[in-house]
Amino acid sequence: MKWFDYAAPRSLAEAVNLLAGNPRARPFAGGTDLLVQMRAGLREADLLVDLKHIPELNELACDSAGNLRLGAAVPCCRIYENQEVRRRWPVLAEVAEMIGGIPIQSRASLGGNLCNAAPSADSVPVMIVLGAVCRLVGPGGERKVPAEEFCTGPGQTVLRPGELLVGFDIPAPEPRSGACYLRFTPRKEMDIAVAGAAAAVALEDGLIRRASIALAAVAPTPLAVPEAGRFLAGKPPSPENIRTAAEMARAAARPITDMRGTAEHRRHLVGVLTRRALEAAVRRAAEVNS
Amino acid sequence: MRGEKVRVQTTINGQAVEFLCEPRQSLLECLRDIVGLTGAKEGCNDGNCGACAVILDGRLVNSCLMLGVEAQGCQITTIEGLARGTELDPIQRAFLEQGAVQCGFCTPGLILATKVLLERVPEPDESQIRRWLANHLCRCTGYDKIVRAVKQAAAQLRGVRA
Repeated sequence: MKWFDYAAPRSLAEAVNLLAGNPRARPFAGGTDLLVQMRAGLREADLLVDLKHIPELNELACDSAGNLRLGAAVPCCRIYENQEVRRRWPVLAEVAEMIGGIPIQSRASLGGNLCNAAPSADSVPVMIVLGAVCRLVGPGGERKVPAEEFCTGPGQTVLRPGELLVGFDIPAPEPRSGACYLRFTPRKEMDIAVAGAAAAVALEDGLIRRASIALAAVAPTPLAVPEAGRFLAGKPPSPENIRTAAEMARAAARPITDMRGTAEHRRHLVGVLTRRALEAAVRRAAEVNS
Repeated sequence: MRGEKVRVQTTINGQAVEFLCEPRQSLLECLRDIVGLTGAKEGCNDGNCGACAVILDGRLVNSCLMLGVEAQGCQITTIEGLARGTELDPIQRAFLEQGAVQCGFCTPGLILATKVLLERVPEPDESQIRRWLANHLCRCTGYDKIVRAVKQAAAQLRGVRA
């Protein structure tokens, strides 16, 4: 790796100053993607700004309304070890346990997974279906961006020069709601999704009140499929309706062929995964009494 | 500013250790090339093989995937910290007795992974063991003997603790 300097600011203001004052500075959290990419010469930096000592980036707590505030640098292990997360947002704990393996999960964060902006990022479809909002801060102040609008292309995000992701606001789960993320990988651990699908549903009087679906590794960015959610709203969670929604996800996918799979295989997978994720989300919603 | 090395204060295997490193040096490079602890191995250098794993503040990490400067103020355990003199740790003994060591390159990482696993899950089932060891590649043993060694170590440690 080429020479770079390192700074570990203790406050957001200090971090923003460092990032805004140097166009070749990069935010740095778990480092499990960034260090590999820098070693391979894919990304360069003159200064790494370590965000792990900033209180806001380490937040993992519920506010008085029951919404989750998740700091961008919180490592996966803290997310899946948190009992409140496991109980109220099991899909979030599951996806944190799915990324890499144990030593990766000690460092890697969901903020990093989002900012790395890989189309195959497992946690991004989950953030989208949970309705997560990203809190950003930069030289121009703060702004909020819905998770589904954050990635703009492979490795590309809405982050402006000098701006950083502070964390996620994840709304409290609705009554009788459930969510699930499924992916296809040759290996269970230490692998990258060939395709993935996240689904969240809320039920009311035997009907789907609200549904959202988002896909991994079948487009240049993690992909929300709002038309499938609109189709399901107000309908019973019947096998036919779920099949139709899965077909809509399959049609929305714009996969490519690469070393992990062909476009045709991915399109097939994402239909199957969406159907199964919806079925599991409905099962979970029906089990929840709150 | 460019070109300045950084002084890092850590505790390694219970001893206060201070070292001077470049910000770009991984913790693995710092341990092996500066501190002189060569138990952690460089395999893939990108987080896939687990040969470089060490315990940092109670958690297993790939030392190739973090910078030495990030270890400021941290407690680190490497494989060198397990045996007491000539007395092996029960996990090390179990690996030897089960034939879970052949070339030995992956062994430090696997033993440290086992240590963290058994601290958190004293009686792991086979799927838990395999999940905890999934970030560690072994090209010799076929893993079965490693899984048996973890089970033996778990049983012995439960006996010791009971």
